[in-house]
Amino acid sequence: MLASQQGRRSTWDRWSGMLFVAPYLLLFVLMLVVPLVIGFRLSLTRGDLFGIREEVGFANYGRLFADPVFIQVIWNTLYFVVLTVPAFAVLGLLLALALNQQSRWAAVLRAIFFASTVLSVTVVTLIWRLVLLPEQGLAAVLANAIGAEPVAFLSSQATAMPAIAVTTIWWGIGLPMVLFLAALQQVPRDLYEAAALDGASRWRTLRSITLPSIKRTMVLVIIVEIILQFQLFGQAQLLTNGGPNNSTRPIVLFIYEAGWKQWQLGYAAAAAQILFAMIAIAAMAQYYVSSRRDAA
Amino acid sequence: MAGVELSGVSKRFGDVSVIDNVSLEIAQGEFVVFLGPSGCGKSTLLRLVAGLEQLDEGAILIDGNRVDNLPPGKRDVAMVFQHYALYPHMTVRDNLAFGLRNTGVSEDEIGGRIATAVEKLEIGDFLQRRPGQLSGGQKQRVAIARAIVKQPKLFLFDEPLSNLDAALRARTRIELAQLHQQLRTTMIFVTHDQVEAMTLADRIVVINERRIEQIGTPMEVYRRPATSFVASFVGTPKINLVPVTAANAGGLAAARMPDGTLLETTIPWDEALARDGATLGLRPENVRITGATQGQAPATARVVERLGERTIVYAALADGTLLTTEDRGDSTVQPGDEVGLAIDGNAAHLFAADGTGHHAGAA
Ligand SMILES: Nc1ncnc2c1ncn2[C@@H]1O[C@H](COP(=O)(O)OP(=O)(O)OP(=O)(O)O)[C@@H](O)[C@H]1O
Ligand SMILES: [Mg+2]
Repeated sequence: MLASQQGRRSTWDRWSGMLFVAPYLLLFVLMLVVPLVIGFRLSLTRGDLFGIREEVGFANYGRLFADPVFIQVIWNTLYFVVLTVPAFAVLGLLLALALNQQSRWAAVLRAIFFASTVLSVTVVTLIWRLVLLPEQGLAAVLANAIGAEPVAFLSSQATAMPAIAVTTIWWGIGLPMVLFLAALQQVPRDLYEAAALDGASRWRTLRSITLPSIKRTMVLVIIVEIILQFQLFGQAQLLTNGGPNNSTRPIVLFIYEAGWKQWQLGYAAAAAQILFAMIAIAAMAQYYVSSRRDAA
Repeated sequence: MAGVELSGVSKRFGDVSVIDNVSLEIAQGEFVVFLGPSGCGKSTLLRLVAGLEQLDEGAILIDGNRVDNLPPGKRDVAMVFQHYALYPHMTVRDNLAFGLRNTGVSEDEIGGRIATAVEKLEIGDFLQRRPGQLSGGQKQRVAIARAIVKQPKLFLFDEPLSNLDAALRARTRIELAQLHQQLRTTMIFVTHDQVEAMTLADRIVVINERRIEQIGTPMEVYRRPATSFVASFVGTPKINLVPVTAANAGGLAAARMPDGTLLETTIPWDEALARDGATLGLRPENVRITGATQGQAPATARVVERLGERTIVYAALADGTLLTTEDRGDSTVQPGDEVGLAIDGNAAHLFAADGTGHHAGAA
């Protein structure tokens, strides 16, 4: 009898636990799983402005991989991710290390570096247009001042994507910085004191105390940035509109144009599925690698 | 040569003075305990010696060398922290080796020193574990081992036992005492627990509100407290402090208690005691319960605590003044009983209005 009571108790515990997560679970299903399923369904059809015309199976995917523009936007996007994600991780950490102080100056600089994050993409690209403008831009003025030839950053295939990357890093550096700052503040102060008494140099302290303590945050920052930067859109659209010669056209811009300019909804949906798969794979690979290293 | 010497040390945090002109000499090999209530500045004083805080005035010397401008790692001291401060991402072994590697000790030497410390503290079973996989007591032993392997000139302990349960605390206390006997290295130990101070110290430094109240052996601090603060801080149950009027009775002081009882002491008379506000200090063990008609003062038992080997009786004098007194372990006193108090005047203390202690016998 006791056993059956215990059985009832644990069943109740299980279900009451479910009750607590139910609201979130419901939202998760409604807002994420349902669109995902609908998107996948859509990617198997051909349609236009007026709706779905026919089921085409995986034909859209076949067309995508035969489309040289799509192949290029994939490479463009990967290039952009490689340019930005490591920079976010490293610069965010360096900024956090430099500004993790009690002084008034550090507080002001923290606020300044975070401020750009709250700007909209329109404002950010406007600012950077003024910097990158070929003749009167700030970069050109500086180049002239040191006697160098001004570069037309946004109209050269070699420099357009790096310019967008710099714009993006300037815009988004606040987020990794505050994540790292929060992590640094969690490191117990007496660890640093013990290390000081153990005669550890600053570099040794960074390597042996600080970095191991914020490893989880490093993984988090990299995964979050992978997810964010794979979805490059506004900056590319507003600064170069994908040019010159498609060299800065990212996947999301491709999806947007296929879906909302050419009304090939099925085709756009298929590209979106591929983007989703790429993000998922990249994030999971990063997680896998870092947790493997953790165990070793 | 002094092991550690502090002269005129002061420390302020902003406008708040935390240590005020403290001077102190600690002999080579001595075990000194900083004792004081929470917030009195004893950790700050220890951290000044360690180099974790910068002093505002004064000088600190270790083994005759001025160290107050040196970084902590160059002072040749080792510290055991209250919360252990073990490096969470390193194995126990790496925790012990970290400081040695930083100062360029050879791997052979490191291995040897770790082996010795491991044997002394019986931590061999978990050398390859991380601190997160250890119990509080095990962590504490590792923290002590980490200090020992450095073979420093000076050990600093900041309340290292306060996170342990009572049984483990008593055991670790004994082990620390043994460790000091073996190593004969100078040690400074911070605590607010007077039992730890009494049992471990060669000398106790009693600190209160930014300054040193008394420096002395445990027995001196107990028997001849320099101030009423020291008297009330050291000893359990607490000393009785009773406002009295003191008078000169043939060169010795006599104290008139609030209930009118006159207690003759063997304390040499001092005019400072004549001023208003003298205080009589009586340790509970010197106020014993006797039959109702015996002793110097009648009283009523109010609360009785039976501890086994002795009984603590809280007794009220005729005017209601409450005294903590002692009786034998097999005492039959009940709350409400009329009792007599046999007060040992030879063991009494008198404190002048400014708190200065006066005691029997030569100063
Ligand atoms: N970094 C600091 N900034 C400002 N005030 C401080 C700082 N460190 C300590 N204090 C103050 O200095 C006083 C003494 O602190 P300290 O830590 O030395 O006390 P303690 O005697 O060790 O007390 P406890 O027994 O509680 O550890 C306290 O009033 C504390 O608030
Ligand atoms: Mg303290």
